[in-house]
Parts: sequence; structure tokens; C-alpha cells
Amino acid sequence: MSVLVGKDTRLVVQGMTGSAGAFHSKQMLDYGTQVVAGVTPGRGGEKFEGSVPVFDTVAQAVAATGANATCIFVPPPGAADAILEGFDAGLALVVCITEGIPVADMLKVRRVLEGLRGKTRLIGPNCPGIITPGPAGVGCKIGIMPGHIHKPGHIGVVSRSGTLTYEAVGQLTAQGVGQSTCIGIGGDPVGGMDFVDVLELFQADPDTHGVILIGEIGGGAEERAAQFIKDKMNKPVAAFVAGTTAPPGKRMGHAGAIIAGGKGTAAEKIAALEAAGARVAPTPSDMASTLVSMMGR
Amino acid sequence: MKIHEHQAKAIFARYGVPIPRGYVAMTVDDAAAAATRLAQETGSPIVVVKAQIHAGGRGKGGGVKVAKGGAVEARELAQKILGMQLVTHQTGPEGQKVRRLYIEQGLDIARELYLGAVIDRDRRRVAFMASTEGGVEIEKVAAETPEKILTVHVDPAAGFAAYQARELAFRLGLGAKETLGKFVKLMAALYEVVIREDCSLCEINPLVLTRGGDIVALDAKVTLDDNAEFRHPEWRELEDKDEEDPIELEAKAAGLNYVSLDGNVGCLVNGAGLAMATMDIIKHFGQGRGVAPANFLDVGGGASQEQVTKAFKMILRSPKVKAIFVNIFGGIMKCDVIANGVIAAAKELGLKVPLVVRLEGTNVELGRKILSESGLAIQAASTMADGAQKVVLAVAR
Repeated sequence: MSVLVGKDTRLVVQGMTGSAGAFHSKQMLDYGTQVVAGVTPGRGGEKFEGSVPVFDTVAQAVAATGANATCIFVPPPGAADAILEGFDAGLALVVCITEGIPVADMLKVRRVLEGLRGKTRLIGPNCPGIITPGPAGVGCKIGIMPGHIHKPGHIGVVSRSGTLTYEAVGQLTAQGVGQSTCIGIGGDPVGGMDFVDVLELFQADPDTHGVILIGEIGGGAEERAAQFIKDKMNKPVAAFVAGTTAPPGKRMGHAGAIIAGGKGTAAEKIAALEAAGARVAPTPSDMASTLVSMMGR
Repeated sequence: MKIHEHQAKAIFARYGVPIPRGYVAMTVDDAAAAATRLAQETGSPIVVVKAQIHAGGRGKGGGVKVAKGGAVEARELAQKILGMQLVTHQTGPEGQKVRRLYIEQGLDIARELYLGAVIDRDRRRVAFMASTEGGVEIEKVAAETPEKILTVHVDPAAGFAAYQARELAFRLGLGAKETLGKFVKLMAALYEVVIREDCSLCEINPLVLTRGGDIVALDAKVTLDDNAEFRHPEWRELEDKDEEDPIELEAKAAGLNYVSLDGNVGCLVNGAGLAMATMDIIKHFGQGRGVAPANFLDVGGGASQEQVTKAFKMILRSPKVKAIFVNIFGGIMKCDVIANGVIAAAKELGLKVPLVVRLEGTNVELGRKILSESGLAIQAASTMADGAQKVVLAVAR
């Protein structure tokens, strides 16, 4: 078991023939993900890697292959448009990897998403994607994370950061602890799934026994997550919040990682999570051991 | 990206947000000429001399002065302000050098208000905030008297609605016939500025009501969304390199994310979250021992060897760096690319400070082999915590 993606996921890749899209499509195929179609306007009729059909539009790809999820590698100027095309094709899951989409574009995308009322889920943008670890036929990797560091198991990981997710997964796997599903929700100020949306799924999934949540400075997503953990969760949650040492007013790499007007500091978020019963790792090196110690009791 | 007040006002003017008359002055002579011209145009000798720096609180710091005596006094004030090291609560104690002025007509002010537009990330909407408490720090108003801040959110599908502006106008005391229409028009124009110019912040503090009954943006603070640069070629003209940290500019040109900090350990990391976490763990082990991060540096997910070399050189050149911590969890980024980039930079500039390297992930064995065969004095670390402790020890000793 897992959340959102697994053996029944049939993936279309938007921007498959670009350099990033091609590289990662190959990686996803190698992992065992069912990549059933690609979309590049004007390249319809071609074959990727000699086997995956490429279409001009997402709607054509869905009609021909029965795809139910998409992964977007389209560059920023066309990325919001690509997300809207994914929505319109009726896909259950849209994963947008692209970094650097203007926030004004994402405000519109988000508004359309709200109108879909849960029919489609959006992960990202500016994220590593989602993975349910497992061998071909069971596992499913959508995005850019290195597949080989993962191990099938029962821990859910949700994070605003890519490499910090790998760090947490690497720590878990090194301790022999596997993961049910790992989801990078992305580092932009306005995006799709929030911590709360993912925690809801992990709480409901019988095969997820504990959660690592990785937040960072900026916005109020960690505080909302804390409220959800307090009210609705009985599974252990270990957390880490990056940016204790970040200066206010500076964008720390991610567009969303900024302390603005004194709001969104790591200290506030850590306090909220601890008050909600999550245990916050003292350093980023202790994320897995913090969760393991909670579950051992 | 931050821009100057006069640049923000030029944008306002294009969309019909009322601003006072004014001219940019790069020299004292320019300032005097601008004052003379304004006096002719407005029939009043009163002008305001305003320092243009990318920081708020300029008035309190002595960077904004009123000249009642026309061009002669404007010249004297310009002489004082131009070239001064202006210190405000946003510049830090060293201040920012004033290199340009904005000379503006003086207005007969009846009331000062606050109006700002931000992206409310929790509601996923553009939010307008307004207050009767203009001219002071809005953060202070928000903290002490939050009931005095009025907020409306704009639905991106419907766009800005006039009733929302009317609601604010009545609550701000601008509901009289002669001001209501002007305020609604101003708000609609400001929303257009935010959306079409890709602003992440648009603040008017104060927005003034003149004794003549006009509503005018007396100040203008605009921050542009860096992500939208690709559709605004005109932004290149707005960039003022004098206001930026030269190392941060160099990093940006090389496609790297870099932020200067006050500490002594240089950091080279892949990924923004891991880069922040690396700073945090150095501080965790270095606190009380005089060890702290000197920078945030994210080389990104898919950096080339050249970019890594450039990044490592930037750290090596910084005189405050007493040790370096390279922390990589290779996903797409391959460890051998990092290793080769670090070695190329170290061979060119020489490695004079301790270097701790933690490599994990894709091609880790190859990366470690390249480093160990390089002949450089490198301390290998097995985990992030091990690396942080080693680098702290190297500096604290």
C-alpha cells in the first residue's frame, strides 16, 4: 500500500523531448514506472526510446493510452499552461517539477485547481516529485529523485525541499527502515498539495506507520500541519524545519523560503510542531533516528 | 528584485496611480535644476529631497528632507544627503551609500494612510491591506493594533472588484463623494500594476489625502517577482548594481543561489533546503565556540563542473572564511562532478583553509576516489553531523 501512486499509475510526461524531460523519463522507465506516453506539441507521432509514443496534446495521450497521471518538465514560460492542460485532460494527478514559475501564474492555476474540487491533485511546482518505492510492477517514481536510495516500507516522508528529502530517505534506508511514499510538495509560495493534504493521506493509509515532515522558513504551512497533527493524527510524526539561521528578508534559494515582515521563522514553526506532539529533530542529521526513537516506544 | 522609489512611481504613473511630480538627480546640480523646474511647474517653491536606496525607513535616518526655500535650499540639502552613508532599520549598522536622489514637489497633506498589496500565500490570493495609520512602520501597527489593518482578497478569476475598494474607502474615511471614485480608481490601477508587472510586493506608505482632495502615492515600494524576469526584458534597466552585494550578483550571473552571512565557515551545498540545513547544523555545533556559517550557497540540482568551480572559487576568495564545508547529497547532481569542480578551483587558487567534504548519493564512490587521489588536504566526513563537527573543530581550534 501507499498513497497517490503505485502499480496502477500510468504516466504521461509533458516536455518529454527536452533535455531534462528526456533524461528523467529514461530514469523513471528504468525504475519501473509505467511511462505510457509523452507530450511535446509538434512532435506527435514520434517514439521516445523506441517505444513510448509521443503526442501533440495531453488529451490525445490520455485518449490513446489511458494515462492517469502526468509529470511536467516544461520550462517556466509554458509551465502554468502545461499544468492547466493536465487539469483539463482529467488526470487524477499532476506533478510539476519546473522551478521558476511566476507567482501570478500560480495564483490562476491554484484558482482553477480549487474549482476541480479534489478531482485532480497537484504536486509542486519546484519539487522533486513523488515516489512509492518498490520493484518494477509495484513501485512508481514520478520526478527527479534518485530511485536507488529508497527502500519499500512503512514511513511516509513529506517535504518542501528536494535534497533534504533525499537526506531523510538516506538516513531511513541506512537504518534499514523503508518508506511507503515520499512526496516533495515544493519550495514555491503558491503551489498544489500542502502538508495537511499529504498528512491526511498518510493518516488514512494503513501501510504508513509513521511520518517525517520537513519544513522550512516562510509562510504558514508548518503551523497548519501542526494543527492537523494535534487534531487528527495518531501516527508518530518527526519533523525538521530548515532555516533557523536564515536572515530575515532574504530569499534562501526557494522562492517561498523567506522570512517576510518577521513572519515565517523556523522558531515559530518548531514551537508549533512541538506543541502539537511532533518531535523535532535537533539537527538535520537526526531526522530518521528521531522518528525511530518515537516508534520504538 | 527590489527597485527604487522613483522607478516604482514611474510604473505607477503608467497605470494611472497618482504620484507627485518629481525628477531623479544624480548630482547636486541636477537636484537644484529639478527644484527650479518643479517650482515653475507647480507655482510653489517647496520641494522634498529624497535619498534613493533599496531600504525603508529613509526619513527617520535623515535621508528625506523638505526644502521650503526652493532651489538654493534644495542644493544645500542635496549636498548633505548625496554620498552620505544612510543608516536605517533595514540597512544594518554600516548603512547604504546614497548615490541618487529624487526631487519631488511638496504636497499640502491632510491625512496619511497606508495601502499595500502582497501575495497572501496562505490564502493563495493577492491581498490588499489598508490602514488609517499611515507613515509609520506597518509591522508595528500589525503587532500592536491589528484591528487597524483592513484586508481584502482578490479572486484571480474575477479580478479586482470595485465593491472591495468601496468597502475599504468607507472604513478609511474616504467615503465622501469627491474621494470615493478616486480611491476606487487608484485601487483598480494598483491591482493592474501587481498582476501585469509581476510584483511580489507593492506598498504605498504613506498614501496621502491632500487638502485639495486628491489621493496621491507619496511613497512607493515595489519588489518584483524574480521568477517573472523572462517576460520583462525592461527590468534589466531597473537593476541598480550599487545596491546589491557584489558576490551575490556574481553568483546570480553564474546561475547560483548565494546569500552572504556573518560567520566564518564557507558552505557549498546542492539544494536550497539542504543548504539551509547545513547552515543550521554548523550553528548548532558551533554556537558558543565562535563558529557560524559565512554563506548560503546552493549550486542547484544539475550544476556543471564549471559552476561548481566558480562557486568554490567565490568561497575561497572570501577573507572571512576560515574553513569550508562541502555537503552534497547527489541525486541528479553527481558526486564526481562536485569533486572535479572543487579540485579545479583549489588547484587554481590554492587551498589555504581546512576543507571538510561529505559526499553521499549518485556516484559517491567515484567522487571520494577523485578527492582522495587529488593530493589536497581534505577531511572526509561520513554524515552531515560528522562533517559539521569536524569543520567546527577546525575553526574553533
